[in-house]
Amino acid sequence: MTNPNGRFGVHGGQYIPETLMNAVIELEEAYNHYKNDAGFNKELTELFNEYAGRPSRLYYAGKMTEDLKGAKIYLKREDLNHTGSHKINNVLGQALLAKKMGKTRLIAETGAGQHGVATATAAALMGMECVVFMGEEDTVRQALNVYRMRLLGARVVPVKTGTATLKDAVSEAMREWTSRIGDTHYCLGSVMGPHPFPTIVRDFQAVISREIKEQLKEKEGRLPDAVLACVGGGSNAMGSFYHFIEEKNVRLIGCEAAGRGIETFETAATIATGRLGIFHGMKSYFCQDKYGQIAPVYSISAGLDYPGIGPEHAHLHDIGRAEYVPVTDEEAVDAFEYLSRTEGIIPAIESAHAIAHAMKLAPAMGRDKILVITISGRGDKDCAAIARYRGEDIHE
Amino acid sequence: MSNIRKAFENGKAFIPFITCGDPDLGTTAAVVRAAAENGADLIELGIPFSDPTAEGPVIQGANLRALTGGVTTDKIFGLVRELRRDVKIPMVFMTYANVIFSYGAEAFLSACKEVQIDGLILPDLPFEEKEEFLPFCRKYGVDLISLIAPTSQNRIAMIAKEAQGFLYIVSSLGVTGTRSEIKTDLASIIKVVRENTDVPCAVGFGISTPEQAKKMAALSDGAIVGSAIIKLLEKYGEEAPEHVGEYVKAMKTAMVNRMNTDILYILPPYPSAGNS
Repeated sequence: MTNPNGRFGVHGGQYIPETLMNAVIELEEAYNHYKNDAGFNKELTELFNEYAGRPSRLYYAGKMTEDLKGAKIYLKREDLNHTGSHKINNVLGQALLAKKMGKTRLIAETGAGQHGVATATAAALMGMECVVFMGEEDTVRQALNVYRMRLLGARVVPVKTGTATLKDAVSEAMREWTSRIGDTHYCLGSVMGPHPFPTIVRDFQAVISREIKEQLKEKEGRLPDAVLACVGGGSNAMGSFYHFIEEKNVRLIGCEAAGRGIETFETAATIATGRLGIFHGMKSYFCQDKYGQIAPVYSISAGLDYPGIGPEHAHLHDIGRAEYVPVTDEEAVDAFEYLSRTEGIIPAIESAHAIAHAMKLAPAMGRDKILVITISGRGDKDCAAIARYRGEDIHE
Repeated sequence: MSNIRKAFENGKAFIPFITCGDPDLGTTAAVVRAAAENGADLIELGIPFSDPTAEGPVIQGANLRALTGGVTTDKIFGLVRELRRDVKIPMVFMTYANVIFSYGAEAFLSACKEVQIDGLILPDLPFEEKEEFLPFCRKYGVDLISLIAPTSQNRIAMIAKEAQGFLYIVSSLGVTGTRSEIKTDLASIIKVVRENTDVPCAVGFGISTPEQAKKMAALSDGAIVGSAIIKLLEKYGEEAPEHVGEYVKAMKTAMVNRMNTDILYILPPYPSAGNS
């Protein structure tokens, strides 16, 4: 899907300071070399299987299926990966690549803390230094993850600028990278930013759709009718969609965080409310005002609280290959509680956005249809925040 | 010939950076006039952006103050139109790609021409992406100013060959902000620039003291100063124009009298080096 200068249709590109240009060129060259290197792939597969616990399960959610009286529902259990989310797939790939490139230090941004925890984990495993930038607001919302990162040996830098959330953490990580390039790899956590990141991250996450395809073939002997995943920057969704893009009969549905609703300003639903723009190294859709100032977005989910979307998603939207739907906080919290009670699986509040849409979609589909929902992460980290949302004050 | 060349005809050029609307547009106008009257050769006007990823804390603060104060791209065109009644030195805009993209590249550049903006500096538009705006820059006679960084290495010649207006040499790794010392081997970078273009080059990022300005100007054709001026605005607010005027005079004097080391003795106090 990528053309040589990192474009997906009109989206993508490399809108970054000159200071970083040689770093991304060097990264692209290294990636192009190692992605077809048998030794690299063997090492990565071993890390995926032995360390991260892949392949992740494709679980038939029988009770949910029965309850919704529609399509058969399968859950792709990325929450069962080591560190508790899909983020580890990308991080193991990038950390291994960085190590091959001779880098000794990883920096990363994080929203909910899942990517930060994954990066800190890979850094610990590979003996690399690690610094994670996290919006100050998010360090409060996700205090447990801050502690986990520290426990793993990372330094967590609270970012106080702007809205003190994910977009500001990305900006600060980019600033840090421009000041220290020689020994440092910026381990970007989603399918966003300047080329080659959207491609690299997608390729490392594509293991999700590759497994879904194989596992469903084994269980059902066919392709799914729809694949659903939540979308912030969009890495678990891109990974879940990738091997189905050419299978035109499989509906691909990304679930965006609508926050308090797309008619309010307190939303992070980029496709629903954003416009084409240039930010964080890429051309894509962004929530912004009339003059191109980036909007201070909001979602209950720190991981989806981002004003943009990855360029490949923007392109899939343009060509009508994937659909993007907004899901509100309230719907996501209902789904968070629903899956916990119905299947005994506590999903990340991010993933709960995809569950919420599936709850609307499945009953309208025939019982002969198959729907796959990616559970991008586990919800332990969200329990205190959801309790607060429901008016219960619990302390971790 | 580019109007920007005029800035380099008066010895070494001193280029102050001012964020429009920090703390309000009236102060910006007074600061620009004070800088022009005290020897500035070219003014770099910042159009604030919500998420200025190439800026350190000082200029980030200026962007935030300006946006909180309600400044917009249209109001800034109005400011420049008003300034052009008497300010004749070249002026360029420094902003981020999305500000222009969102306004519409053609609408933005035709407005630049109308208010006599001479150039455009976009820190998030590298050589590979310049076609995004270059056709409209050409159409409306606005120079698209390229940046060269300490990490540019094999890219310097390529960038210099297509340079317009002047070349912005980024002195150090990292973001904008004052630095006590600039360690990059700028002489080697500028040597490659000179071999590939006769477009003048000015050094920016980290310069705050007359000694630094003098040193950078000796290596190149001029010095760009942002954070040190923004600190004066932060400190003095509406009273800043007078202080900026004095500062500009001190910097320009140090640059043109680079043989006379005694000159520093008579300078008024300037903001100290080191990031605040």
